[in-house]
Amino acid sequence: MSQKRIAFPFPGLFKGMWVTLRTLFRKTPTVFYPDEKEIPVPRARGVISLDTDACTVCMLCARECPDWCIYIEGHKEEVPPAKEGGRVRTRAKLDRFDIDYALCMYCGICVEVCPFDALFWSPEYEYSEHSIAGMLHDKERLTEWLATVPEAPAVES
Amino acid sequence: MTTGLFALDTAIKVVVVLAAMLSGALVVIFAELKIGAHMQHRPGPYYAGGRFGWAQPLADGLKFLQKEDLVPNGADSRVFRAAPYLVVSATLATFVVIPFGPDLVVRDLDLGVFYLLAISSITTLGVLMAGWASANKYSLIGGLRAAAQLIAYELPLLLAAVAVVVQAGTMSLNGIVEAQAETFITVGSFDISVPFLLKGQLIGFAIFMIAAVAELSRIPFDMPIAESELTMGYLTEYSGIRFTMFFLGEYLAIISMAAVAATLYLGGYWAPFVPENLLNAAGPLILGAKVALLVFIIIWIRWTWPRLREDQLQDMAWRWLIPLALANIVIAGIFKVAF
Repeated sequence: MSQKRIAFPFPGLFKGMWVTLRTLFRKTPTVFYPDEKEIPVPRARGVISLDTDACTVCMLCARECPDWCIYIEGHKEEVPPAKEGGRVRTRAKLDRFDIDYALCMYCGICVEVCPFDALFWSPEYEYSEHSIAGMLHDKERLTEWLATVPEAPAVES
Repeated sequence: MTTGLFALDTAIKVVVVLAAMLSGALVVIFAELKIGAHMQHRPGPYYAGGRFGWAQPLADGLKFLQKEDLVPNGADSRVFRAAPYLVVSATLATFVVIPFGPDLVVRDLDLGVFYLLAISSITTLGVLMAGWASANKYSLIGGLRAAAQLIAYELPLLLAAVAVVVQAGTMSLNGIVEAQAETFITVGSFDISVPFLLKGQLIGFAIFMIAAVAELSRIPFDMPIAESELTMGYLTEYSGIRFTMFFLGEYLAIISMAAVAATLYLGGYWAPFVPENLLNAAGPLILGAKVALLVFIIIWIRWTWPRLREDQLQDMAWRWLIPLALANIVIAGIFKVAF
């Protein structure tokens, strides 16, 4: 069987040498993380924050979540009538809203699907934990992230 | 010289060479870590030692020493234990004849080049021992690949060196350096002497370097180690101090091959415009600079080129390097006789 002989790979070999030599004298883009920090872009998907006042416990986010990492519990409560002689209204009250960031894949579907704008992306990313249980952020913790949510961009007219 | 004096003299030389070469190996390891990293656009070791990660090779060495010294169950224990020391001692033995200055040589043998090429191929024997004794398929294939590789690179290496020997008319390495320091042409009142690289040994130098990289079994000829196919080849079963020995031996061999190439082709400890009486003091520095250049090229090649297949190396060696080396000898002989 005739075997194909190797052709002398010129000038590719020396092009490669030039590339590595050039790279050798370039500055490395490495960010030395604990000492220097990268500033994420404003719309980076760091962590999801929750506005409990806007949430109506509609469960859409929990149902749409591909990883099932959102846990919601709520109950109904009666609200006294706003005007004298009015009807007593019922309202859903949020008891528990947890996101398990150990499961979350940061797809953002919950943020997209929320009909009442209760969920927002925040660019914060420093919430690693020693224990995996710590990755479960409860409602209070999720509300704390709300302060770090950047201003929404202006709506195009 | 009396026997006692001879023993003392030898002991001092051995200690000095050992210390210098082992620290040199550490420097080369660090250079490889750093240069390789920057060639891949990353900073490499950074924190060890406080600045630039200069202590990384030392830290690695200390870590290796703490590791358990494992010998596999089915291994041929004695051979397995002896192999790394054979590799290191054979590599260290090459420094016996390498001259660092007119008088700075452990022993200037008349058969220097012959001794050098003979002793440096013993490392392959150690590698084969390691591969055979490990009782591991990867090790065995790695060891046999190293032996097969020997068939490819040893002849071009020898033949390339023979052309230099023909041109210099001596096998002593000191003699070869002196032959390069001789006046080649006289322009006006300037006596210009040039190393063998520029005296028509350009092709010989290229062949020698290719064969040397193959002897060091470094990329692009690292088929015996080939971590992507053979885990780590003959090193697979080694750990702790024995792995350190192999590791040191590899880097010592780089220095040794670079020093040999520098001596044969680049003028060794000699450099133009350095007065003769200063050569003993400046020689080590001059040789060191030349070695550093060649080591850089070897590292540069490693971090650039992909690995060849074993048959491609054989193909290249037997179809190109050996005929070229033979032609090189003939041309060197003709020039030697004619001029």
